[in-house]
Amino acid sequence: MAVTTANVATRKLLPGGARPTRNWREIRAAYGFISLWIIGFLVFTLGPMIASLVLSFTDYNAIDAPEGVGLANYRELVTDPKVAKSLGNTLIYAVLYVPSSMVVALLLAMVLNRVGRASGFFRTVFYLPVMTPTVAVGALFLLLLNGQEGLLNRTLRLIGITGPNWTTDTNWVKPGLVITMLWSLGGTVVIYLAALRQVPKDLYEAAEMDGANAWTKFRKVTVPMISGALFFTLIVQTISALQMFDQAYTMFFGAQQNSTYSNEAALFYVIYLFQQAFRFLHMGYASALAWLLFLIILIITAVQVRVSRRFVYYEGEKD
Amino acid sequence: MSTSPPGLTAVPTTGGPGHERTEGSRPASGRRDERWWRRAPYLIVLGLASVVFTYPFVWLISASLKPRTEVFDNALIPHTLRLENFADVWDYAPVLTWVGNSAVVGLAAATTVTISSALVAFGFAYFRFPGRNVLFGLVLATMMLPQAVTMIPVYLIWNKLGLTGTQVPLWAQNIFGSAFYIFLLRQFFLGLPRELFEAARVDGSSFFGLFWRIALPLARPALAIVFVFEIQASWNDLIRPLIYLQETSLFTVPRGLKAVIDTFGNGGEQHWEIVMAASLIATLPMIIIFAVAQRHIIEGIATQGRKG
Repeated sequence: MAVTTANVATRKLLPGGARPTRNWREIRAAYGFISLWIIGFLVFTLGPMIASLVLSFTDYNAIDAPEGVGLANYRELVTDPKVAKSLGNTLIYAVLYVPSSMVVALLLAMVLNRVGRASGFFRTVFYLPVMTPTVAVGALFLLLLNGQEGLLNRTLRLIGITGPNWTTDTNWVKPGLVITMLWSLGGTVVIYLAALRQVPKDLYEAAEMDGANAWTKFRKVTVPMISGALFFTLIVQTISALQMFDQAYTMFFGAQQNSTYSNEAALFYVIYLFQQAFRFLHMGYASALAWLLFLIILIITAVQVRVSRRFVYYEGEKD
Repeated sequence: MSTSPPGLTAVPTTGGPGHERTEGSRPASGRRDERWWRRAPYLIVLGLASVVFTYPFVWLISASLKPRTEVFDNALIPHTLRLENFADVWDYAPVLTWVGNSAVVGLAAATTVTISSALVAFGFAYFRFPGRNVLFGLVLATMMLPQAVTMIPVYLIWNKLGLTGTQVPLWAQNIFGSAFYIFLLRQFFLGLPRELFEAARVDGSSFFGLFWRIALPLARPALAIVFVFEIQASWNDLIRPLIYLQETSLFTVPRGLKAVIDTFGNGGEQHWEIVMAASLIATLPMIIIFAVAQRHIIEGIATQGRKG
């Protein structure tokens, strides 16, 4: 899409002609400007991608030379119970977190959109947690979610609910992490608010004249008009949820080499991959893990793109 | 972001990132009263939500000032004020060193990535050259790639260069630009009027001159966004310090804080007041940055949704 926007915007900075320049001086200069990125891409992206793919077919501990093992690593992916466990954890978490963060952020943004100038203040309040370092967020919520003494369960007790052990009960660790992450959804709120402000007011007026109620206006005007922002956050949040690391690692895993502190229920895929690579030095196996993750992300994103295509509204396109 | 289909253009783009949207049209003064009435319930909802969002902060500050036995009492104002927690953190862990390390790494990361991304972005924005669209597509595609795929070989590169165990791997890759920032800055450059550059060309300016004397000064708001984003990203980075740093004295803030949690928190000595004091120290610099650069940060985030 960026390419599409770019083509519209190019009229401003780029010359009118559709054909690329044949002026060698310009071409040389252009490649001069982007050369840094090309070098970086070759050395730190493409090269490592190829290396990682090759390593995934080897046994490698970073000290001795890699030893080819064929498909053994990939076969192990299927039989290793921790792969299934961590993948399951990650998918459950993503399924819980992504929709709930979108719904809560949209509700907050819609309310913010109704209060005019006061929205600036509240927007700041909602954004502050995003500035809190992820490790500090983890430490803080470990205490707030404490089963016996934590603020959340104490508050729930006031209204007669006995809260679960968010940080120890294996069934509640992931919901607890979702709560932790929801605290930092201010970025999504800001994105939605910006999108809501772009919705032309006359669309709502027209809908009202047709007798639409609030729900109809939301479904037929608001959602289609901000579908671009909704789609953007869906994709980005899903990709980042599938790579959950900081908060879960902070809260549930010890970083010392000999630490025994860990919690299976919070063993997310990237945490397991990290442990395999840098704790046990199974770098070949960890590379195979990485490629499986990449594949999963590609498939999920492709499905989301395909499904969303039907719902995302294109401006300037026939309806 | 790279996967965004054409649909995203539905969100109209207005001006460059520096563009401030006015906060809705002000109602005519006659309708003000009615408006206020209608807003009241929304303000109440927002007020309640604000309490929920702010309370963890207040709790953090308060817990960092309490003695060990009172951390969980949930009293907003500590019964016994214990400022020594901060002195204790200082005694047990070189927090000040970590803050210094993070500041150095953050500045190195942000400075390099801002300059390099701007250079590359200008190349993609100003010139129309064979291969441009393919290469720019590649830039966008790299945003999809999970860090995990390149993590191990990149470690091996730094290991070969003898730089593991130093802070260099935490920022040096930024010398080559970063896809998201390249995208963001390119969008900004595309919004600049072509005539400015044509005029300078006629006056004999070099291409680098166009970049340095025209594009960069005009792009200051966008550069500020990139700079601040990268400072924050660097201040949050946990996984790379975990991979590359062993010596406590080289730790950055997140790595150091994790060590404090491991020592004084779970599986450790359960001195949560010290963990909270350290967390507060880790957070304060970011709050200060937010106070200073709020407009840029909010603007940058809002731009993402509009143009991403």
